[in-house]
Amino acid sequence: MQAVEVNNIRKTFKAGKSVVTALHDISFGVDRGELFGLIGPDGAGKTTLFRILTTLMLAGSGTASVDGFDVVKDFKQIRKRVGYMPGRFSLYQDLTVQENLSFFATLFNTSIKENYDLIKDIYIQIEKFKKRKAGALSGGMKQKLALCCALIHKPSVLFLDEPTTGVDAVSRREFWELLHNLQKQTITILVSTPYMDEAGLCDRVALVQEGRILGIDTPEAITKQFDQVLWSARAENMFKLLTDLKAQQEVNSCFPFGQEHHVTFNGSEENARLVETRLNQLGHKSVRFEKINPGIEDCFMELMEQHKKS
Amino acid sequence: MRQFLFFVKKEFYHLVRDRQTFFILLCLPLALILIFGFALTNEVKNSRIAVLDNSKDKATRAIIDQLEASRYFDILEYIPSNDKLEATFRSGKIKLAVVFPPNFNQELLHTNTATIQLIGDASDPNTSNALINYATAVIMDYQAGFRNAAEIPLRINTEIRMLYNPQLKGSYNFVPGVMAMVLMLVCAIMTSISIAREKEIGTMEVILVSPIVPMRLVFAKMVPYFLMSVVNIGSILLLSVYVLDVPIQGNLVLLILECMMFTIASLALGLLISSISNSQQVAMLLSVVVLFLPTAMLSGFMFPVENMPAVLRFISHAVPARWFYTTVINIMIKGLGFEYVWKETLILAVMTVFFLAVSILNFKTRLE
Repeated sequence: MQAVEVNNIRKTFKAGKSVVTALHDISFGVDRGELFGLIGPDGAGKTTLFRILTTLMLAGSGTASVDGFDVVKDFKQIRKRVGYMPGRFSLYQDLTVQENLSFFATLFNTSIKENYDLIKDIYIQIEKFKKRKAGALSGGMKQKLALCCALIHKPSVLFLDEPTTGVDAVSRREFWELLHNLQKQTITILVSTPYMDEAGLCDRVALVQEGRILGIDTPEAITKQFDQVLWSARAENMFKLLTDLKAQQEVNSCFPFGQEHHVTFNGSEENARLVETRLNQLGHKSVRFEKINPGIEDCFMELMEQHKKS
Repeated sequence: MRQFLFFVKKEFYHLVRDRQTFFILLCLPLALILIFGFALTNEVKNSRIAVLDNSKDKATRAIIDQLEASRYFDILEYIPSNDKLEATFRSGKIKLAVVFPPNFNQELLHTNTATIQLIGDASDPNTSNALINYATAVIMDYQAGFRNAAEIPLRINTEIRMLYNPQLKGSYNFVPGVMAMVLMLVCAIMTSISIAREKEIGTMEVILVSPIVPMRLVFAKMVPYFLMSVVNIGSILLLSVYVLDVPIQGNLVLLILECMMFTIASLALGLLISSISNSQQVAMLLSVVVLFLPTAMLSGFMFPVENMPAVLRFISHAVPARWFYTTVINIMIKGLGFEYVWKETLILAVMTVFFLAVSILNFKTRLE
């Protein structure tokens, strides 16, 4: 039995007169003790899926179970044993750190003392602010406190909806370290994020787009799926470079990636050289093409393209 | 129980830490009592009037003295002639003019009839009506003394007694009304807003995904507002007895119990509103439109229920404040016992149970 099982879950919302499908018959499973990531842009359906799994919403069709319990029939059992941190969760701003934590402990009929060892690593970092109001904490601190609150009752499955959104890069990295430590305590963790770079930190990831799962595997396997040669392209005028690259018929795909553009070509590698000389003729200066290893984001872009075509 | 007490403590923190709101809620009774007691009154006191005395004799002198002696009137000026009268009214300085015809005393003594003209500024009909009545009463008073001396064989006197409120004070009427408004405001509006806030900041989502029955948390929310209302009931009663001189004629314990009953009804209403609103704004708007306005307008406090059109009178039956208002008037002002208010109490109790039942049934265990 897997910690989370999802079978053909479909969910539709009424938006005025039209009907929007948020989830298209999604199926997947999460093993016990796994750190599972749902990666996808805003509006992909991640929150809806979490809400169905945490028994906050009913699916239109399909079944799902968490920790062996059906999300509809046994919702009370599930509510006892999952931890949930919603995306817009902002704690009680007017309560202190300690009061917030005691409240959530009381909610689950436990106390901070009882499960202190579980949250110790995290709580130690915010303990010096325990008399401070939650509203006066920094974004990263807030997320740590929220994580403590979600963990205080020793859940067997933890749902974290975009926990790192709006948090600075250092705090994000710290947060993921905490998640890896928690994993050692045999807690199954489902985490959703719009940040592609966090995908590599999960055991397995599902790439979600417009309510469909485009791919589901370990981060390494997903990057291996990338069957083309990937090039990075640079030139002095990066913007003009992008439009010029897209105009070349030999170019299969081209996306801006921070400081460089990631490009794949149709046909053989010679086409890369061909395009390079053509770009030089078009007046680009210091054009540089380099072969690189694809990252998860490249795969996601690729999968999205395939999804659009099909 | 330990859980419930902790939740109550948490709600107290919310209430007390929001200093401004806390302060406003505590001072609200004071503000309303002062506003209604001293500013928004339609009682007539020290109204400025003018006198045009064309006769200037013994009788007119005596009547003018009596007018001046009463606390209703201040004589602002003596107008010398009829032409100046209109101008004085236009200037807005006076509300009433008393005009004596020439040879007033002579006519009175010889023909046994004399006429005094009372001219009122009816741009404010209620005030001018009241002033004319007061002035007539003063003149009748004078006439009565005059008659006693002359002893006319046959006459009919009307003797008027204003029961329960002999001085016709407005405060007898609005203290119960203010009580209804304050309790509605503190209990219903604040409860509904505070539950809606949990939905807005996302804590409700976490509370739902927990083994707790959410109703328990919601009931914990009511406790601080209930206690606060008890404090407010106390301060309103103290203010009305010691500041406005409205005595409590009936049983104080019964009165306080009835107030608590209405407090619980208001809390239940707040709960009902919160179960259908997802944001603080919606909760606020609903409370004001559905609760506060009917409480002010349809309870009989501002406008008598008997004078309303049939439709509004019918709607007023569904307004809890209407029954509460009648109950408080009966106990506090008329000094009646429980046997006179059991019907209203029963109606309020049934309403409370109904509101509670609907909101509990309506409370969603999921987000949709």
